[in-house]
Amino acid sequence: MRAKSLAEFGLPVELAEAHAPVVLFDKVNLSFDEKVILRDVTFSVRAGHTKIFLGASGAGKSTILKLMLGLLKPDSGTIWVLGHRVDLMDEAQLMRVRHHMGMVFQEGALFDSFTVGENVGYKLYEETILPLDEVRRRVDEVLGFVGLDAHIDKLPSALSGGQRRRVAIARAMAARPTVLLYDEATTGLDPMTAMTVDAEVVKLRDLEQVTSILVTHQLRDAFYVATHEARRDAAGQIEIVEASEQKIEEADFVMIREGRVAFEGHASDLRSSNDPYLKEFLS
Amino acid sequence: MNNVRIWAIEWIKKALLEVQEYVRLCIAAVQGIFSRPFYFRDVIEQIDVIGLGSLTVVLLTGFFTGAVLALQSGMTLDQFGARPFVGRLISASMIKELGPVLTALMLSGRVGSGIAAELGSMVVTEQISALRALGTDPIRKLVVPRVLAGFIMCPILTVVSDTVGMLGGWIVALTQLRVSSGVYWSAVVEGLFIQDVYMGIIKPFFLGIVIVTIGCHVGLRTTGGTQGVGRSTTNAVVASSVLVLIVDFFVTRLLISIFF
Repeated sequence: MRAKSLAEFGLPVELAEAHAPVVLFDKVNLSFDEKVILRDVTFSVRAGHTKIFLGASGAGKSTILKLMLGLLKPDSGTIWVLGHRVDLMDEAQLMRVRHHMGMVFQEGALFDSFTVGENVGYKLYEETILPLDEVRRRVDEVLGFVGLDAHIDKLPSALSGGQRRRVAIARAMAARPTVLLYDEATTGLDPMTAMTVDAEVVKLRDLEQVTSILVTHQLRDAFYVATHEARRDAAGQIEIVEASEQKIEEADFVMIREGRVAFEGHASDLRSSNDPYLKEFLS
Repeated sequence: MNNVRIWAIEWIKKALLEVQEYVRLCIAAVQGIFSRPFYFRDVIEQIDVIGLGSLTVVLLTGFFTGAVLALQSGMTLDQFGARPFVGRLISASMIKELGPVLTALMLSGRVGSGIAAELGSMVVTEQISALRALGTDPIRKLVVPRVLAGFIMCPILTVVSDTVGMLGGWIVALTQLRVSSGVYWSAVVEGLFIQDVYMGIIKPFFLGIVIVTIGCHVGLRTTGGTQGVGRSTTNAVVASSVLVLIVDFFVTRLLISIFF
């Protein structure tokens, strides 16, 4: 297990620096009443890389994403996101950091009274001064990216579970975030639909250069994202292929067990681990 | 005995926490009104939902309250040969007390419950978290427009309720009590002091704020899935109805000491 400290990276993080850590947790602890959720959680995520959090339900994985966004505050420890110390920020300051982030929630969390187009364009309509034409163009573009441009005027309730997740991904990517957080984006979906969602994650990471942080307990999806990459062929068509060695190296797995980091490493390290818990989890 | 004491301490702690969170919400809402970003479109939308949406129920409640008040008071006034004074009784009752309180109670049932259910559903489906993740402050986007709409529309709806209440009383006075229109309307005017009118218009501002802030507070603190949404809806109606009566008493006391 790699235990990294703040000093190792030097802070504040410069966004311009290639492969700089965009997220950094240092000895983060969190409890709700008597229940300990996270203990001494330390890790970093570099720009353009993928971090995949695995663990059983209730291990504290989703809590990590909420801490990154500042939706929760830690009891102790420090959290740096895009060069900002988010654990010390108030809500107004956090809004500026969140502007560069996107999150796909477990059940999509789409606004059920808005159409698909309004959901996807929400941030651009409400929180930016972009002209309406440009907003519409961007909404069309991202819906086309996830293959749902024909559903722009539908309400979320008229979509299938997989389509709702893809709309959630489109909404998260619409404002061109630097970091995208996926909270169980494929849970509850059938394998074929889950794979289309996985493909969107890979496409976003490789074609839009978005740092991806995934929380899941679906091993198949986790390994798919870690071992595949997206590229455009000569005709400009997007294809998903087996990832190169370098790309595989850019995807890290973190196993969370009872609030602690029980493992951190690449896909091959995870597969070859002799830890009984990891073996049982992977079996 | 020890268990009772522990339970009592826990209950007091929870109650104090609720009060603290409620006060924090109110302060954040006031700050949201006077700073940017300000979601003007949502304010207009809420004025439509809270104001125009409640018009039918307020019209019906006001009209029949005035009508039944005329019927009942007519019988009593007959005993003293004072039937022509029925207009005086209706205008004083409706404008000073029944108009504001009944309108507020109707809004508690319709608007308070609606706000708690809507925001509660948004909490349990993580839409509130999604709003925050998208860079929107839920207080500014959801609470401020509702508070402003409640503050603006509750007095307007109260005036509507007062008006139709007196119209209801007039119809009953004319058709059932055989009191002429001229006698009725001059009694209506004679029964009121300008201070009564002020009181009847000032009180709904406070009551409107109470209804929407309680609905927002209860809704945003919803836990426990769809069952929790149902619980929040009930709690919002109960709490805002009781608070409407309590606030009405204290505001009336304050206004009496100021005006009389």
